[in-house]
Amino acid sequence: MASNGKDRVLVVLSLSGGNDGVNTVIPYSNPLYHDYRPTIGIPEDQVLRINDEVGFHPSMIELKQMFDEGKVAVFQGAGYPHPSLSHFRSMDIWHTCEPDKIAAEGWLGRAIKQIDPTTENVLTGVNIGRGLPRAFVMPGVPVASVGNLETYGVLTGVSGEAERMQALEVFSHMYAPAIGSGPVTDYLRETGTGALKGADILKEAPLKYSSNVEYGNFPIAWGMRDVAQVHLADLGVRILYSTSPYNAFDTHAKEAGDHARLWRQVSQTVSDFYQDLREHHRGEEVLLFMFSEFGRRAKDNGGGTDHGTGSVCFVIGDHVKGGLYGEYPSLKQDDLEDGNLRYKVDFRSVYTTMLEKWLGLDAKPIVGGTYETLSFL
Amino acid sequence: MADRDIALMAHLMRRAGFGATRDDLEAYVAKGYEATVEELLHPERQPDIDLDLMERYLPEYGNLGAIDFNQQAWVYRMINTKRQLQEKMSLFWSGVHCTGFAKVDHGRMMSVYLDLFRQHGLGNFKDLLIELSKHPTMVQYLDNVDNHKVNVNENYGRELLELFSMGVGMDGQINYTEDDVKACSRAFTGWNLHPAMPVFPYGRAVWRFRYDPTDHDNSEKTFLGQTGRWNGEDIVGIVMQQPATARFIARHLYNFFVADEPQVPAWKDTPPQDMNAIRTLEEAFTESKGEMRDVLSTLFNSDFFKNARFQKVKSPAEVVAGTMRLVKDHTEVKLGLWPIAMECKYMGQDLLNPPTVEGWHTGREWIDSGTLVERINFVADQVGDLSKPGVKLIVDRMSIGTSTMSPEAFVDGCLDLIGPVEVSQQSRRSLIEHAKSGGELRRATAAQRSSFAKRVAEMLQLIVATPEYQYA
Repeated sequence: MASNGKDRVLVVLSLSGGNDGVNTVIPYSNPLYHDYRPTIGIPEDQVLRINDEVGFHPSMIELKQMFDEGKVAVFQGAGYPHPSLSHFRSMDIWHTCEPDKIAAEGWLGRAIKQIDPTTENVLTGVNIGRGLPRAFVMPGVPVASVGNLETYGVLTGVSGEAERMQALEVFSHMYAPAIGSGPVTDYLRETGTGALKGADILKEAPLKYSSNVEYGNFPIAWGMRDVAQVHLADLGVRILYSTSPYNAFDTHAKEAGDHARLWRQVSQTVSDFYQDLREHHRGEEVLLFMFSEFGRRAKDNGGGTDHGTGSVCFVIGDHVKGGLYGEYPSLKQDDLEDGNLRYKVDFRSVYTTMLEKWLGLDAKPIVGGTYETLSFL
Repeated sequence: MADRDIALMAHLMRRAGFGATRDDLEAYVAKGYEATVEELLHPERQPDIDLDLMERYLPEYGNLGAIDFNQQAWVYRMINTKRQLQEKMSLFWSGVHCTGFAKVDHGRMMSVYLDLFRQHGLGNFKDLLIELSKHPTMVQYLDNVDNHKVNVNENYGRELLELFSMGVGMDGQINYTEDDVKACSRAFTGWNLHPAMPVFPYGRAVWRFRYDPTDHDNSEKTFLGQTGRWNGEDIVGIVMQQPATARFIARHLYNFFVADEPQVPAWKDTPPQDMNAIRTLEEAFTESKGEMRDVLSTLFNSDFFKNARFQKVKSPAEVVAGTMRLVKDHTEVKLGLWPIAMECKYMGQDLLNPPTVEGWHTGREWIDSGTLVERINFVADQVGDLSKPGVKLIVDRMSIGTSTMSPEAFVDGCLDLIGPVEVSQQSRRSLIEHAKSGGELRRATAAQRSSFAKRVAEMLQLIVATPEYQYA
């Protein structure tokens, strides 16, 4: 529990597509960096310096400020053994913690099961976006998937406010428990009633929300704003998930412009998000984890970079011991594996630390093994 | 009002295909049930989908790199093919003989894999297993590319037995041992691919099967009690002789076409809910030596099938394609199909990308609070839209006869025309109450007819929101 008496919350933001870690946390004083990236390398004087060796991409102004305040933990060389360069497969690996075999259960689903084993709250986990990320998949664990918080609900296609209210009345009657209908229909009715309840509860969130913070007008911001609204509505939600547009970070080409714009958006949004929460005195209990499914190739391809490994991930929050964690993977030709960086921090140790030290859970069954607890919390 | 023949035909079309409108049902009833079953079983007698048309209007259909275009193309075919059972069998087989895009990572090879089922899905099961073993998508997906004489990889050899033909066990007994898995895997060494063309500069090329005899373990193997220098085809031959194979396929067909069974891992120890039905299907399989067409003919003409109405929870593909066929939208190539095709994924069935080689968990496991809301909202959005031709057709049929209608007749009429669908007393009462609360149902003036149409559309929205509508 946080010092304001509120339960601790984990927010996960997926930077989908494979974020170029080398251009995010830039080894600007390493001559190899400039050799490898003749086209998209960031000039030394533009880098937002952290120390004599690395610095942030110039777009990350707000994140640099938060880093200087000690609130941002940066994990260099985050990855796992036998990396996959396939978007789907690698994302599944980050979702299920299983690099070597295909698994169907996700770490966040398992976490919710530990937090709320009897499903007292149908909204313990909320996903902002259509279709449930595998991270949340766990039999018996309900997770609301909210495409758009303002319009989320059951039977949204019934037009007219009064007509819709009536339709929901009918719905609740039809889904009321009844004797003699068989286990599957009982389950359907229970699920429908739960979904209606969840939707009823969630629809309060935008109504209760008022804020002085003006988020940006792009999808990353819309998603995080919905996350903020749900959190601030005090619905007992413990895990929230949002994502960049699908594959946005897959910068094979036009990386200079696109990557800069994306980090402009992320940096601004994360700052707006925390400012929003802080103004409501609800920031300290929220931990934000930002990740991508893989990194990118050490050398650029003339306009961008191809799929790679050993990317960066971030954990942000008031209680975080900010700083650089892990070790910057070596750029030396002999140390690269097929042109890619070797990972230094297993992502499962980042998960383990967050699960145990932030959410107070037993991490081993969730991540499928014992991993080092890191000192950022 | 519900016509027994229409109700039965609707059931057949929901199961053997992706549903049919009232007009189509009446035409099929006129043809007769057995004749309709025959027609379904012989897709070659119907024109195939016009691929040229698809490719001309939507160029991405000709170069199916991204997985979502493949999914979209497949949904288009489910909605529009005249060979409904052929397409339904592709869906069936893709959930049994699974490969998944997350690992294959080659969009076009997923559609090439579907073609295997279109060609062999209704044919002989032995041929299907052999072609499956040679199919490049499967060879890659289950790592047979790594299965070498000097270094055996058991992934395909195992799944072939466990998931694709015999199953782990039946009637409490196991069907094969680890030694059998090893022998099977050795028999498939050398079943590999031509080296793939590099992706740059021309993009991904189609993979091709290549048997490498120098990489094949030609030594003696003992498989299911029989010893010989078995190669893959021999293994398939031995598998075909096993009663376990007839049972496994019979049970999968029952689960997909007749009624929801428990999930596959339970099958070793949990008997089928209708052993007589399974035996009937096993016999058809054994007597015909594995002709799927014969087994399906037996299935669709059986009483246990005809009486199994609404015994299955619809899969997302059935919800999406079935709804589009009902409202008669995307019956031609036009923009806007992509978000509709993606609905399958939001509802829990990522076509061509099941979560594991075990396929999707079906039946009640399609439903959770997220997917239930997606299903209800999607279908309600479609059927509430009076601009859709299929919805207009329902309104027209509801408008035949006297210019007033009781709330009971109104509800029963809508239930009949949207399906026919059966709902519980509880649901029916709620729907009738709602119809009553809207006032008299008149169609004398133009204004009344317009209001009547809106009320039909809204009643359809409520019907598709019922728990019962989630069943097929």
